[in-house]
Amino acid sequence: MPGNYLPSEYTAVLVMLIFGLIFGGMTLWIGRFFRLRRPYAEKLTAYESGNPPSKSPRFPFSVKFYLVAILFVVFDVEAIFLYPWAVVYDDLGSFALIEMTIFIGLLLVGYIYAWKKGALKWDR
Amino acid sequence: MPIYLLLLPILPLGSFILTFLFGKRLGRKAHWLPICAVLSCFGCAVMALLDVINGVTINTDLYSWISSGSFQVSVGFLLDELTAVMLIVVTSISTLVHIYSVGYMHDEPGYYRFFSYLSLFTFSMLMLVLGNNFAQLFFGWEAVGLSSYLLIGFYYEKESAANAGKKAFIVNRFGDFGFSLGIILVFLTFGTLHYDQVFAQAASITDQTFPVFGMVFDLPTLIALLLFCGAIGKSAQLPLHVWLPDAMEGPTPVSALIHAATMVTAGVFLVARCNPLFALSTTALNVVTMVGAVTCLFAATIALVQVDIKRVVAYSTVSQLAYMFMACGVGAYSAGIFHLFTHAYFKALLFLGCGSVIHAMSSEQDVRKMGGLKKYLPVTYWTFLLATLSISGIPGLAGFFSKDAILAAAFSSPIGAGKIAWFVGTLVAGMTAFYSFRLFFLTFHGTFRGTEEQRHHLHESPATMTVPLILLAVGAVSAGWFCIPPILGGHAPWISFLAPVLGEPGEHLGHATEWGLIATSVGAGLVGIATATLLYVIRPEIPDRLRDAWPKVHSWLFNKYSIDELYDGALVQPAIRFSRKVLLHVVDGKLIEGVVNGIPQAIGSFGERLRKIQNGQVHTYLSVMSTGALAVLIWMLVR
Amino acid sequence: MDTAPNFILTPLAPLAPELLLICLGLLLVVVDLFLGEKRHILPWLAALGTLTGLFLLGNGSGHFSDGLFGGMYILDAYSLFFKVICLIGVLFTVMLSVRYLDTEKMHQGEYYSLLVFAAVGMMVMVSAADMIVLYLGLELMALSVYCLVGLLKSDSRSNEAALKYFLMGAFSSGILLYGISLIYGMTGTTDLQLISQRLTELNLADNTLLFIALGMVLIAFSFKVAAAPFHMWAPDAYEGAPTPITAFMSVGPKAASFAVLGRILLSGFPELHVHWGPLIAGIALLTMATGNILAISQTNIKRMLAYSSIAHAGFALLGILATSNEGVSAIMNYMLIYAFMNMGAFAIIIMLNNRERRGEQLKDYRGLAQTNPVAAALMLIFMFSLTGIPPTAGFIGKFYLFLAAMNAGYTGTVIAAVILSAVSAYYYLRVVRYMYMYDSEKGEAVAMSPSLTAALIFAVIGVIGLGVAPGWVLEMASQSLPALAQ
Repeated sequence: MPGNYLPSEYTAVLVMLIFGLIFGGMTLWIGRFFRLRRPYAEKLTAYESGNPPSKSPRFPFSVKFYLVAILFVVFDVEAIFLYPWAVVYDDLGSFALIEMTIFIGLLLVGYIYAWKKGALKWDR
Repeated sequence: MPIYLLLLPILPLGSFILTFLFGKRLGRKAHWLPICAVLSCFGCAVMALLDVINGVTINTDLYSWISSGSFQVSVGFLLDELTAVMLIVVTSISTLVHIYSVGYMHDEPGYYRFFSYLSLFTFSMLMLVLGNNFAQLFFGWEAVGLSSYLLIGFYYEKESAANAGKKAFIVNRFGDFGFSLGIILVFLTFGTLHYDQVFAQAASITDQTFPVFGMVFDLPTLIALLLFCGAIGKSAQLPLHVWLPDAMEGPTPVSALIHAATMVTAGVFLVARCNPLFALSTTALNVVTMVGAVTCLFAATIALVQVDIKRVVAYSTVSQLAYMFMACGVGAYSAGIFHLFTHAYFKALLFLGCGSVIHAMSSEQDVRKMGGLKKYLPVTYWTFLLATLSISGIPGLAGFFSKDAILAAAFSSPIGAGKIAWFVGTLVAGMTAFYSFRLFFLTFHGTFRGTEEQRHHLHESPATMTVPLILLAVGAVSAGWFCIPPILGGHAPWISFLAPVLGEPGEHLGHATEWGLIATSVGAGLVGIATATLLYVIRPEIPDRLRDAWPKVHSWLFNKYSIDELYDGALVQPAIRFSRKVLLHVVDGKLIEGVVNGIPQAIGSFGERLRKIQNGQVHTYLSVMSTGALAVLIWMLVR
Repeated sequence: MDTAPNFILTPLAPLAPELLLICLGLLLVVVDLFLGEKRHILPWLAALGTLTGLFLLGNGSGHFSDGLFGGMYILDAYSLFFKVICLIGVLFTVMLSVRYLDTEKMHQGEYYSLLVFAAVGMMVMVSAADMIVLYLGLELMALSVYCLVGLLKSDSRSNEAALKYFLMGAFSSGILLYGISLIYGMTGTTDLQLISQRLTELNLADNTLLFIALGMVLIAFSFKVAAAPFHMWAPDAYEGAPTPITAFMSVGPKAASFAVLGRILLSGFPELHVHWGPLIAGIALLTMATGNILAISQTNIKRMLAYSSIAHAGFALLGILATSNEGVSAIMNYMLIYAFMNMGAFAIIIMLNNRERRGEQLKDYRGLAQTNPVAAALMLIFMFSLTGIPPTAGFIGKFYLFLAAMNAGYTGTVIAAVILSAVSAYYYLRVVRYMYMYDSEKGEAVAMSPSLTAALIFAVIGVIGLGVAPGWVLEMASQSLPALAQ
């Protein structure tokens, strides 16, 4: 592989990427020719079960929402990681157990931290 | 390496740091640590001396500070005969001055500060004399200068003291400039800064020349004279002597230690240490001798008429230092160092005696307001008398032997200026005796001329001050006995002791000549004493009449040949006028602005503009960084 | 992966310092939660742990290994040296923090924990022999420091600083990752040794894409060491951060980044010096100029020290430029010296910090020589050292850097560096002038604390000691190098 090395194993990914882009773009573009387009004032207002909107819909979310979301992601990843671990557990033996104990132990510290700091309480 | 060699600089350094940092809390007890440290140093110095007497000399590098190829700067110690003598002088005087200061500085604010500076000075001076290379010599040289500056300006609230400190500092810069050029030239010539290597190669540079701006100089002469520049500044020789009398603004113990016994003699030490370099150039030796001779006479004449007790002694110091240079100039280095040794004791004694008088007189320094102090200050009186006799060259006392050694060496020297040196030396011996006894009589004899209040306060100093006086008096009497010339029945062990470093004078005089020389110098001294007795004891009205008879001469001498005014008029004021008139008015400030302020200002305003980019906006930052990144990538692309 | 079994068999004992610090970090977080009012033991715990870490480092210094985790993690004298600098930095920071957190009423267990994690990150960085591990360490360090910068929650400057630092740090991380991935694409490996091999095997020495990749790595690390023009984050982040963290940032992460830069350029791409040399020279010059010139117009001393830190990064780059063992050992020496002198200066700033004045403005230093002569004398020493006046350590540091660059033939750069170094005297000595030449506005005594005193003593001993007896550090530094340069 002198100088002009091309990662040929990834050609499929590239093709996939290109197809994805073309497909997405084409769908939107072709849709323009078939859809109806008749806008008027009422139709352009936000739909809230028939009531006229009382305030701007762009109010900030509570920061706690993000906090919970992040905690969710962290522990979700932990759960997901357990699957492949369980699959190869027989091959790796006690080493795997120790490794996973450490991994979960680290997350446990994080969990205790979040708990004590009140990150899990919504109203505080 | 023996441990005492390491302890010598470390003890005072540690004492300086601890006292400086924590001395304030100790209050009036702050002197204990420095005194213990310096006393231990004296013990170490004695051990060093004993080792050297037993034939041990040490030349060792402690470690290499900077090393890069051929450029080596090391910290190392050289212990030989010369160092041992200097160690004894420095530590013994320093110890006594420390003890004396307990009494003298008793009521001063900043008591701890004073002692910490003294320790700093002791450390610097020991580094100076212990070093085995020029870099360390230079370090010690600057460090003693710094501690001298701090101590002269000790009463920094007093404007004159602060100015005197600055003056000492600035005047010394002139000398040190030449000195550092000399050291650089030594390195360029020999490729090393170690004494032993430099001196071993010294002979190889005879007849070499060195071009400076198209002019060709004799290399050995150039090196020797540049080094001598430093000595002129530090040892207050003409024309850089002006700082020393002003330095008397510092506390009197400082004058005794730094401005009489040790630091100012560093110049003599330098010339003696570098004798293999000076020996290469007859021109340099002649210059050294002549500078010594002129300064000697010059300072002695000024001392004749001064009325400030400390200034008389200060000019006497300048004059005595000049004796040492004359000795070095005529090649009698060991005689020079011998005079350094004896002078340290009798001059320190004179200064401390002055201090005791000033202490008793409630800080009065004008001898015209003293008189008749003999009965109030008996210890001070008798010790002062011994010191005065010693400096006047009365046979049997320290000053006699060392002065005689110098005069004999000068007379026998093959150097052209030798005979001049001898003549001046003998003449000044008489003048020295005269002004010393004048001071003595004015202070201790006659009637008291001060105020009633001062008379009421008169008291002998406490034991912490009188004991050092007595010990120094022992030194002032006996220091000379180490070098009793053969003609007087001794065998001058001093000369043979120092011979390995300083060489032995080659010329020997006939007995008759030697007796003649001794008789002449003693005679000059006796005439001086007799004149002083006549003028200030028997017929005290004569001095006034003399002054009225030759008002010009008196005012000339009294104003120290107006050298200060000359410098002020010729250098300082023109510099100020030039910058004011020419630069400020003629160029309307633009040039000064341009030169002095312009560059920082230009940089500053450039910075201000650059600073605008740092406006706190993340997008600005990111765009600058992106531009930079782009530039890097483009460079990588084109290469 | 065929190297998988090695993972399992990797003995963990050589990693004791890193493991200890990870445990310490976790412990600090947990302990803080349950301590309540007894929080003041946290710094002592952190200091004790760091000291133990230093001890373990010294203890393990005989057991070097160049192939932990399948060759991704190496323990050599080079990394050991920088780890010691980092831990000294952490130790200093802990000592500086005790009183600062008190005066700022900022009591958070996370503080010490994040500090320790940043230290772990730096240790991983300097030991990394693989770009991925390197990135891991870098991010661990960077994320911890982002948080530390913004930890003064009630101070808007601190928040702003953290956000800016984070945004720009993310920018540089992205560039670094791009560079790493391109290098991986070219050579098929992220192992630095292998990269160097493949460069010759695959005859990549003229490949433009490779240079772009290398350029990106350089950019990212120029950002980390705050070299111009990638320094823009530094003044704001340094000013806004809690002062001990400012001190920490200018010492620890900078040293670690220089260690990595040295390892990448000298272990990964030594053959390409012809190409990256002039680039580094340009960056060094620009950095020195920017840092020194902008420092002049600052009135906030923290900000001034931020620019001074930029300038010093420029001086240190001269050592990279030299591409020799001499140069790298000069950097190592310099980083150690810089840790001491900068920490000392910051210790004084923190000492002057009290409720009324924050000790950050230049005018706060008026007449310090009268109100607190010892503090003024110490600051004088640190300023002299930063300027590079002998016999302080700063002189030695600069001297060897300049010498190394000089011997490598960059005479012009060195001359510029010397001139800019003279320019720096202007703003450092200005502090001295304020302390000694002006009268104090109000003669208030400065409160001391034992830990701050200890830090100051430690720093001044370092500055004077390394200035008076510099030989052994250099010796150690240069002895650690044959392992690095192949």
